[in-house]
Parts: sequence; structure tokens; C-alpha cells
Amino acid sequence: MQTARFTAAGDLEATPDPRRRLRAPGGRLVLRASAVVAALLAAVPLVYLVVRVAQADGSDIIDALWNARIATLMVNTVGLVLAVSAACLVLGVATAWLLVRTDLPGRRAWLVTSSLALAVPSYVAAFGWIATTDVRGFWGAFLVLTLCNLPLVTLPTIAALRLANSASEDVARTLGRTRWRAFIEATWPQIRPAAFAGVLLVALYVLSDFGSVALMRYQAFTWAIQVAYESLFDRTLAAVMSVVLAMMGIALVAAERRLRGGQARLGSTVAARSAPTLVTLGRWRWLAHGGLGLLAALSLGVPLGALARYLLLRTETSTAVSASDLLADASSTVGLAAAGAAVALALALPIGILAARFRSRLATVTESASYLGLALPGIVVGLSLVFFSLNVAPMLYQSVWMLAFAYGVLFLPKAVGAVRTSIVQVEPGLEDVARTMGLSPARVWTRVTARIAWPGIGAGVLLVALTAMKELPATLLLRPTGTETLATSLWRLTSGTAYAAAAPYALALIVVAAVPALLLTREVAGGKRHPEETL
Amino acid sequence: MSDLQVRKIVAGYDSAPVLRGITFTVPHGSLTAVLGPSGSGKSTLLRVIAGLNRPIEGAIVIDGKVLSGPRVHVAPERRRIGLVPQDAALFPHLDVLANVGFGLPRAQRRARKALELLDMVGMSDYATRMPGELSGGQRHRVALARALATEPDVVLLDEPFSALDAALRAEVRGQVRQVLRRAQTTAVLVTHDQDEALSMADQVAVVDEGRLVQVGTPAEIYAKPVSRWLAQFVGGALVLPGTWNDGAVVGPLGVVPANLADGHVVRPGDIVDLVLRPEQLSVCAMGAGGGPGVIALVRDVAYFGHDAVVTVDLPGCEQPVQARVLGDQQWRLDSEVLVGVRSAGLAFARE
Repeated sequence: MQTARFTAAGDLEATPDPRRRLRAPGGRLVLRASAVVAALLAAVPLVYLVVRVAQADGSDIIDALWNARIATLMVNTVGLVLAVSAACLVLGVATAWLLVRTDLPGRRAWLVTSSLALAVPSYVAAFGWIATTDVRGFWGAFLVLTLCNLPLVTLPTIAALRLANSASEDVARTLGRTRWRAFIEATWPQIRPAAFAGVLLVALYVLSDFGSVALMRYQAFTWAIQVAYESLFDRTLAAVMSVVLAMMGIALVAAERRLRGGQARLGSTVAARSAPTLVTLGRWRWLAHGGLGLLAALSLGVPLGALARYLLLRTETSTAVSASDLLADASSTVGLAAAGAAVALALALPIGILAARFRSRLATVTESASYLGLALPGIVVGLSLVFFSLNVAPMLYQSVWMLAFAYGVLFLPKAVGAVRTSIVQVEPGLEDVARTMGLSPARVWTRVTARIAWPGIGAGVLLVALTAMKELPATLLLRPTGTETLATSLWRLTSGTAYAAAAPYALALIVVAAVPALLLTREVAGGKRHPEETL
Repeated sequence: MSDLQVRKIVAGYDSAPVLRGITFTVPHGSLTAVLGPSGSGKSTLLRVIAGLNRPIEGAIVIDGKVLSGPRVHVAPERRRIGLVPQDAALFPHLDVLANVGFGLPRAQRRARKALELLDMVGMSDYATRMPGELSGGQRHRVALARALATEPDVVLLDEPFSALDAALRAEVRGQVRQVLRRAQTTAVLVTHDQDEALSMADQVAVVDEGRLVQVGTPAEIYAKPVSRWLAQFVGGALVLPGTWNDGAVVGPLGVVPANLADGHVVRPGDIVDLVLRPEQLSVCAMGAGGGPGVIALVRDVAYFGHDAVVTVDLPGCEQPVQARVLGDQQWRLDSEVLVGVRSAGLAFARE
């Protein structure tokens, strides 16, 4: 009896230990190595672009940089970025204030209407405007980009306003401030980080936007890059401009990250919180309804109106695209997006797991590398991968794989975010319990962690796929010859003023874009998600 | 001098006013507590006084100057009224000194004045801290210093201690009272905590469902409440049915001398409610010779050291009865005791 017990105890002690010692570091090493590989792959577009520029003739680069056009393009792009950012800041904060701090009737409905603009891709909105009005150039691009990006400021500001302490505004009033001064001195500092973070995302979007500036014939950097590559065949100029644009994007993302950290640091100073007393608008509410109504009419009414008009027109002329064309484009769009989402997931898994479970310098570095996708405009990633495939891997040039890889890099931040948050939500205690029951780390991952986290990761991957379906500039550069997606067909048809033919594509794209927009707005307005996930 | 007069205030929303005619006066330099259950409209009253809400009817007058009234509405920033909100509401982006100096002219914001105020509330060592680094009690003291910095005529405190834990609350309460006395500031404190109202205030105004129930000194409110509801709201109260017999109530405790509450009229022989405070009951061991009384059974004893609350079952009484007695005696559970009444109770007519 006694000896038997001894053996059993000895077995228990002896068997799991060596296995763990062997497996745990091995598994972690594989995880670290794959995270490093994923981060390096995510950096390929930027690195290769820099290499390409470094290889070019020095005088060519200087020629390109001193080219008078670059200065004009810079002024154009920066001007557009500043104008749209300023407009979004003012309109977004005002809308958020109306929807959170006043007694405006129907605030809930207005919240939905004012976030629906996210469901209209900016180049679809641009199609709507040029198909029905004569607005072009700077004002066209300004209008379209402001209206489409407004929710990026409105939604996080709403979340911050809901968290901000309204009593401090009351205190400021009793200490001698007018209503306006009290807002500026007491409330604005509390919502400023959120509003500015939203504005930086707007700036990033405007910087990288290609479709709407091209359709509006506004000479911005992105369009000029495409023209330099496609029409002028000046690859050095295109590469140099891409590097400049990439640097601007990286600067914006870095600024946005810093601001987000600052927002967390400000924190809350209240223990108990009473519901804010709403400002009575009185007769002003008609003005508020009018303003919000005008914004909704411009951002939703114009594109949808254009759609309705040309969809109805189409049945009469019937010279437009056939249903089979549309179906073929739709299926190739879905296939490409699925491949892109798969690449994004493959790259995101090691980086996300490392960030969620093993906080270290390596985790921080690999996670930062994944944010390159947010900073690099689609046209830059597309162009860099064209050069890369031509010079390094010719068999991949214009292959489905190269485009899927571009999608993977561009939407990596979204995928990493989904993986990280899903895994963070799995209690580490559960993993410990599973380990004490004799499971190896790998088995714990498959039987516990992944089992609990997969719905969140799956939803994230689905969002990546839906976002990839409306991607335009990288798709234009990298798509296999003869393959069209919904986005490229819309672009081609709209550029050729075949508006009636373009309308069904616009409708399909709005349907595609509406899903993530509607899923995410509620959580962004509640402060549970960051607006960059809706980009 | 800055007397604050609240005159017939009706306020809230047009269809359903939260306040329905509130009138009282706060004498200069004194503290009035507005006491009421949650949802009684106390906070709305404070916002009306501060000018953050505009009353539908009535007036707010300080030293004969009308601040709110028919066709008059002085903006909150011109009223010289300070506010200490429930959660202190320090500006999270400003340090302690900048919070205190917020209401001062720009040149004086970091000058001696603000530092003196911090000293007065005992927070001068924390001048450069951010609000997030302070404890709950410290935040309230900074909020008070901030409200006093502009030398307001009146300071309003909105449930200022409800977010603090019990031990801290008594301490901060005492400190705040002292600071207000030293500054000789007229103050209005809103609270649902009767201990807070009775212990801090010179005058208590009880509000229920938007109406004023009674105004008086804490002793008046406690000893001579005008209604049964109020008697039960401020402090523990034992309510016993009985028959009115000119200066006495005949009921489960025998013949108890009693006064009739203000404004109540009854004839001899009418059924009344007799209200007794727990400390008005005496409890004696059987055979100790404690005088007249009714035999009761000890159900529970809560011992606090300085005193004890003995819960007894009284014959003819459905609910257990609580008596507060000195803590110098020991009580056995389920033993018989003699319960008597030490002073005159208060009788209320039945509606």
C-alpha cells in the first residue's frame, strides 16, 4: 500500500515537470521569432521604398525634390489636411456638445444619422458630388473629406464628454466665467485629448486619401504619385514623393499615440458623479436641428440622391454594365479581401499574443511596427510593393499574393488590435488552472485561450475583410491584369463619367462599408473602442 | 452683511416642478442645512440659488438685492456665490494651487492669497499636486478653498461628504465647519444625512417632495418635529398608538405624559400616534426597583461602549422596540426587563 502511494506521488512529481521545461521556452521562442518575422514583413514596404530611393541617382532625387511641382503639391496637401482637420474639429465638437450636453429632442436619432457618414467611402461620396453637381477641385475635396470624416471627431468627443465632469463647468460659472468661458476653461481641457486624437486620424485619412482627390481633380500628393508612376513613368519622382508622404503619415501616427497616452494620464478626479444638467436650447433647438439636418443632407443625401437618380436612369438607357460584370467584380473583391484578411491574421497572431501576454521591449517594438499600416497611405504601400516585386520577386508581380500582402500590411493594426483585446479578455487565472491540471502551454492555448478568444478575433478578421473590399489605391496598382474589384470599377467608370454604370458599384460599396461602420460607432461613442478601427 | 432669502421658489420643468414653493432665510455668517430624502429637490434648490437654474416663480435675494425673480436673472458668474459640488469637481488639468486660484484675477492666481487659503484648509503642502493624486477628503478641502477664494457672499455645498467613507466624513465635516466659521461665510449645505445636518448646521430646513416641511434649529427639528414622517426621518423614533387623555397618552407603555405636536388638534379620547426617541426609554432589570414600567423581553443588544441599544418585545406592540441606554450595564438575551418612559413624548393626530 505504502510503496504504491510513493510511486504514484513520485510519478506525479516526475512526469509533467521536464515536459514543461522543454516546451515552455521552446514555444515562447517560436512565438517571439514569428512576431519578429511578422514585424519585419510589415516593414517591407517602407524599408524597400527607402532602399529604392537610396539606390537612385543622387542628382535625380535632388531634381525631384527641387521640382517646382513638389512644393505646390506639398502646399496643396498640407492645405487640404489643415482645412479639413479644422472644419472637422469645429463641427465635430459642436455636434458632440449638442448631442451630449443639451436637451435637443431626438438626440439618439441624430447620433445615428451623424455617424452614418462613416458608411460612405469618401470616393463614393465624391462620385455622388461630381455626378450631380459642378463642385470640383479644392472645395470639392474639402467638402467630401470633411463630411466623410466628421464622425472620427464627433464619436470620440461624445465619449469624452460623457466621461467629463460637468460639475466643474458649474463651479467655473460661480467663479466668474461666462457659459462660453466656462466650457473653454473647465470642459474643453477634459475632452481636448479625445478631440485632437480624432482630428489626427482625420488628418491621416486626408493625407492618404487617393480616390476623392483624384475624382475631384485636386492636385494632392497621392494623386501626383499615381500620375508620376502611371502617366509620366518617372519612378524616382514617385518614390521620393512616397517617402515624403510616408514620413508625414508616421509623424501623424506618432503624434496621435502620444496624445492618447496623455489622455489616459489625465484620468478622472471624481468618486461619485451626478448626471449632468442639460442645457435648455429653447428656440435655438430649431437652429440645431437645421445644422445637423444640413450636415446629414450633404453627407448622406447627396451621395444617396445621386445613386437613386442614376440607378433609376439606368433601367431606361441600359447601356451600362451587365449584372454578370458586377457579379464577377464582386466575387473577385470578396476573394481578394479574404486573402488579405488571412494574411493580416497570420501576421497579427504572433504580434497580438506577444502584446497581450508578454509585455516586453520586443512586444512594444513589434506592435509599433504593426502600426506602420496606419501611417502608410495605400498608394505608398502599393507603389513600394510594385517596385519590390519587379526587382526582388518578379514572379509575384501583379499576383494575387502581392495584393493580399498589401492588404495584410495596411490592415495589420486592426487585426493586431482584435487579437490583443480578445486575448487580454481571457483571464490569465484560467490558463494557470489549466496548467495545474496537467496541460502543456500549447494545449492550454488550443483548449482554453484560443477557444475563448476566437469569436473576438473572428469578428476582427471579418472587419478587416470588409475594410479591404473598399480599398482603392493599392488595389489599382497591384491588381492582377484584367481583374477588377468593386472599388476599381467604380473609379474607372466615374473617371470616364459613366455615372449610370458606376451607380450599382457605389451602392454595393456603401453596403460593404456600412457593416463595420454601424458595428463600431456605438462602441466608439461609448468610449469602448478607438475611432481608428473605423478607418 | 449677507442674509440670503429664498422666497417662494418654484423650479424645475414647466410640466412637473421639482420645487413647489420653498421659503426660508439664512442669516449672515450662519450655516443652513437643507435636509431631505434623495429626489426631494434639494440639489435643484442649490442650482437655483447659484443661478445655474432659473426658477419659474419666486425670488432669490441677498442683502435686499434680487438675484433671481420676475424678469430678473443675474448670471451665475456675477452672483458672488461659491459652489462645492458633490464630487468636488476639481479641474483635472490644473494643479491644486491653480484650482484654488481659478476664480482670481490672472495676476493673483499663484500669489499669496491662494496660498493662504490652502493654508487655511491645511493643504499648503500640496500646492503643486494634481487633483488625481489627492484623496477624497483632500479634494473636498481644495474645493472649499477654491470656492472661498473669491470671497463670495454665500457658499453652497452640495452633499459634499457623501463620497467619503464614514471615518473620514466626521473629520472633514469638522474641518469644513471650522473653516466656514473662521471665514464668517454664509453657507447652505444640502444633505440627505440627518447626522450631518444636525451636527453642522445652525439652522435646518427640511424639504420633501419639493415642499418645505419645517425650518428650525437642529434641536427644534429633533425635539419638536411637525409631522410623524419628519420625526421618523430625523433620528430613530418609536411610534406607538394610544388614546389622548389631556397631557398624556394611554397605550402599550401605560400612561405616558406627552405634548401635542405644533399644529395638531385632538380631543380627549381620540386615537393618536405617540412618538418617543430611543433615549427617552428607560430599561431596568426586574426587581431593581426602577419605578413604574411595563415588563418586556430582551431580544437583542447592540453594544457601542459609551451606550447600548437594547431591542425588546413589548406586549401589545407588533414591532420590536429599541431603547438607547448607557453602556454601564449588561443585558442577557431573553431576560425580562422593566421598560419605562423618562420624559414627555410627542403626540400626533391621526389623519
